Amino acid sequence: LAMLANLEMSICRVRVTVRDALNQAMDEELERDERVFLLGEEVAQYDGAYKVSRGLWKKYGDKRIIDTPISEMGFAGIAVGAAMAGLRPICEFMTFNFSMQAIDQVINSAAKTYYMSAGLQPVPIVFRGPNGASAGVAAQHSQCFAAWYSHCPGLKVLSPWSAEDAKGLLKSAIRDDNPVVVLENELMYGVAFELSDEAQSKDFVIPIGKAKIERPGNHVTLVAHSRMVGFCLDAAAVLAKEGVECEVINLRTIRPLDTDTIEASIMKTNHLISVEGGWPQFGVGAEICARIMEGPAFNYLDAPAIRVTGVDIPMPYAKILEDNSVPQIKDIIFSVKKTLNM
Amino acid sequence: MVWCAFMFHLVDISKCDLHKLEEGPPLQAVLTREEGLQYYRTMQVMRRMELKADQLYKQKIIRGFCHLYDGQEACAVGIESGINRTDHLITAYRAHGYTLTRGGTVREIMAELTGRRGGIAKGKGGSMHMYAKHFYGGNGIVGAQVPLGAGVALACKYQGKNELCVCLYGDGAANQGQIFETYNMAALWKLPCIFICENNKYGMGTSVERAAASTDYYKRGDFIPGLRVDGMDILCVREATKFAAEHCRSGKGPILMELQTYRYHGHSMSDPGISYRTREEIQEVRSKSDPISLLKDRMISNNMASVEELKEIDVEVRKEIEDAAQFATTDPEPPLEDLCNHIFSNEPPMEVRGTNPWAKLKSIS
Repeated sequence: LAMLANLEMSICRVRVTVRDALNQAMDEELERDERVFLLGEEVAQYDGAYKVSRGLWKKYGDKRIIDTPISEMGFAGIAVGAAMAGLRPICEFMTFNFSMQAIDQVINSAAKTYYMSAGLQPVPIVFRGPNGASAGVAAQHSQCFAAWYSHCPGLKVLSPWSAEDAKGLLKSAIRDDNPVVVLENELMYGVAFELSDEAQSKDFVIPIGKAKIERPGNHVTLVAHSRMVGFCLDAAAVLAKEGVECEVINLRTIRPLDTDTIEASIMKTNHLISVEGGWPQFGVGAEICARIMEGPAFNYLDAPAIRVTGVDIPMPYAKILEDNSVPQIKDIIFSVKKTLNM
Repeated sequence: MVWCAFMFHLVDISKCDLHKLEEGPPLQAVLTREEGLQYYRTMQVMRRMELKADQLYKQKIIRGFCHLYDGQEACAVGIESGINRTDHLITAYRAHGYTLTRGGTVREIMAELTGRRGGIAKGKGGSMHMYAKHFYGGNGIVGAQVPLGAGVALACKYQGKNELCVCLYGDGAANQGQIFETYNMAALWKLPCIFICENNKYGMGTSVERAAASTDYYKRGDFIPGLRVDGMDILCVREATKFAAEHCRSGKGPILMELQTYRYHGHSMSDPGISYRTREEIQEVRSKSDPISLLKDRMISNNMASVEELKEIDVEVRKEIEDAAQFATTDPEPPLEDLCNHIFSNEPPMEVRGTNPWAKLKSIS
């Protein structure tokens, strides 16, 4: 009995929101390496526009947590320059929509420099912030940038879903000696997940470039990233009642894409549906399907691989319109049934 | 004739126009014989290197963009003599001169222009993307190097090593919004950054009068103190740089220098440079304000060097350039195996997709 009691206590399950997981990741890495620092709008005294950096300025002060003026191109460039000169900046964009002001610095100054210099000049920088649709923020504040950034060699692009993803991926990003874009999701910030023992450790990192099978299944492969992973799991739960077992893959990293995990899954299930919040044309799903066409898994497909995506329009404001602009659980279920000819 | 090793002269230099500064650089500079010969040699190497690049470009051995620096030598050499090797510097695409002053050799600069494996960036960067220790290029996007330079300055301050960053841009780039964003943050955070505008009077084919509502580039930093300097006089540039460096190192924050200079070539090798300015104008600068001639005349008239001695240096320099050009034209191109290398730093070997699905190329750090 005593042994059982001890066992119970050692499995210390903790529920942590995605927001707090990101906060922990930054706190731990700031503590671990004094070259790490955070800059962006409202990150210091406001505790972060979305409170992701809450408490960090109080703990680390002005030198390491820096409030910037509203000057994305300027401060992104400053961050890249600091990385070139030996620091390890975390550059926050209040949302990735504003990164468009600074995209030249991300691509031309950060991503390409190691190559152009033939290895003389590394750029160890993290660009992070919320990406994609939110709630009621309309067209200029709702774009998903996964496809745009993932197009470019020299960048790594991460898209966490759960609290464990958020913590492990952000820590890996900060420790990486290269430019990494971390696409968070505002609607996920407040969602709590269980953090395993392992994930609570200060050295917990998730390898970049490896997808995770969140739910094994035999009948159809659902590949998603960020918030859509949750939607796929919800759809899978509904479909399970009808005897359809979905395998849900959480990409975790968009670039480099873990094609091997997707292919292995298709060889088992013979059906592929990719699910994303972003627009269809030239999107993440388009790349996945193209790769599957070109690779060994093609011969295992019993039906064409398809994509479930955001609607090909700028994001509207009215709730009924907004709700119908992004994939809903019923859209995923519908697509699974069509693919399986049910 | 025996030259005294410690011979020096106190030389008069022109006054700088000042903006938000009580006093400026001194009106006299000390020039030793040794310094003078070194400046002369370096400027001459720079001049001949650029002219050789012109030749090689016309022979189609250098391709793409090639922005030559001849006429502006006093800026690069003067700035370097006013800072320490441990300081940092970043500039735009007219960068061959700075690559040299920051430690690159003529051989590796020329071999980079000809795209060979012995190039300073192994042939992968070309004219606009050369790097050296504490030299961050060579940057192709007009103005983008300015926030980068302020970031380097931030790192200097953060790391507490009393180093500073010299951050250069042209009269054309001076109208970029990101530069004003950078002025604001550099001043706000008191970054040890010397902003330097190399005003050579033309942004590509557009004269300064046609591009800027205010051509007082040394005042455009507004709340940042500034000085306007004769960029054709190497001693002026040196003294102004020392003055600016002292300002930064004393914790006062950024400072702005406008160097009035001139480029003999057009904007790049594809621009003859005479559609928007007259041959007479170019010739006038050459005969009255050439930076190398100015230094030469000064040294000779002050009995600090002889005509023959300087001619000897010219001969040595010519040989050095010829040797470098020989290397640059005979060194092999980079091996194809290098195509996909250097994507990421400190990364295990990875696969890169080639032009077709079956082409799986190897990439190492």
